[in-house]
Amino acid sequence: MSQNWFRKGIRDGVPICLGYFAVSFAFGIQAAELPLSPLEAGILSLTNVTSAGQFAGLSVIASAGSFLEMALVQLVINLRYLLMSTALSQKLDRKVGLGHRCLIAYGVTDEIFGVSVTVPGKLSPFYSYGLILISVLGWTGGTVLGAAAGAILPGRIISALGIALYGMFLAIILPPAKANPRLLGVILAAAGLSALLYALPLGEFSGSGLAIILVTVLVAAGAAVLWPVAETEETE
Amino acid sequence: MKNIWLYILVMAGVTYLIRALPLVLIRRKIENRFLRSFLYYVPYATLAAMTFPAILFSTDRIFGAAVGLAAAVCLALRGKSLLVVAGGASLMVFLAELLPIF
Repeated sequence: MSQNWFRKGIRDGVPICLGYFAVSFAFGIQAAELPLSPLEAGILSLTNVTSAGQFAGLSVIASAGSFLEMALVQLVINLRYLLMSTALSQKLDRKVGLGHRCLIAYGVTDEIFGVSVTVPGKLSPFYSYGLILISVLGWTGGTVLGAAAGAILPGRIISALGIALYGMFLAIILPPAKANPRLLGVILAAAGLSALLYALPLGEFSGSGLAIILVTVLVAAGAAVLWPVAETEETE
Repeated sequence: MKNIWLYILVMAGVTYLIRALPLVLIRRKIENRFLRSFLYYVPYATLAAMTFPAILFSTDRIFGAAVGLAAAVCLALRGKSLLVVAGGASLMVFLAELLPIF
C-alpha cells in the first residue's frame, strides 16, 4: 500500500521536477553571479526548496545583509507555507506520527502542496515522499547545473528563463480557476491589489514579502466571508 | 561577503520551522468554517499576488515579459503541465525579445 503511494507520488511529481529544473537553472545562474560555487548553490537549494525565498535570499547575500534581516525576509516571504502546512495538517490522518510530519514538512512548497491537496481523501505520507523526492531532485539538479554552466549561456536565454518561476505559479492556480469562478475572482482581486500596492508610493513596502502577505490575508479573508466553502469543495 | 554557510543555515532553519510547526502542532480538524474557507483560498491569493505585477519585471524588457505572461495564461488555461507552461512562456519571451522593435 505504502509502496503504491510512493510510486504514485513519483509519477505525479515528474511535471513538478521538470518545471523546477527550468526555474532552479535560472536560480543557479543568479547564484553563480554572486559568486556561489555550484556546491554552495546546490546545498542552498537542497536545504531550502523554496523558489521565491531563495531568490530573495540571494539579494540579501549580495547586499551583505545581517542574519536578522535574512531571517525576517525568509519569514515574511515564506509565511504562506504556515498557511499551507495548516491546510495540509487537515489532510493527514490524526494517527500519522511525529516523524512523518517532520519529514512531510521539509517538502511543503507551492507546487507540492498544490498537488497534495488535490488527492482525494486522506494524504498518505508515502505519496508525499514520492512527490518530494523527485521534485527536490529536479530543484537541486537544476541549481547545480545552472551554477556550473550558466555563465556560458547568452544573455537572451537567461532573460527568458527569468519568467519560468511565474509561469509555474500560473500553471498551478489557473486550471482550477477555470471551473470555479470564485477562485478566478480571488486570483484577479489578489493580482489587482498587488499591482495597486506596487504602484502606490510606499517605498520599500511596494513589492515586498509583507505586501504579499497583506494581499493574501485581505483577499483570502474577504473570499472566506463572501463565499464560505462547503467541505466537499475543498478537495477539488 | 559573510560566511555563506551561515546564511544558508539561517534561511533553511527559518523556512523549515514555518513549515513544520503547523504540521506538528495541529492534529485536530479545524471546525471553524471561516478558517477552513480562508485556508482554502490562501494558495490562490498568495501565488496570484506574487506573480503580478512581478512577472512583468522578470525579464530584460517589459514587452517580452508581457508576451510571456500572455503565453503562460493561455497554456495554463489549457491545463498544460508545469514544464510546458514555464518552458513555453520562456520560449515566447526569447522570441519576443529577438524582435527589433525597441
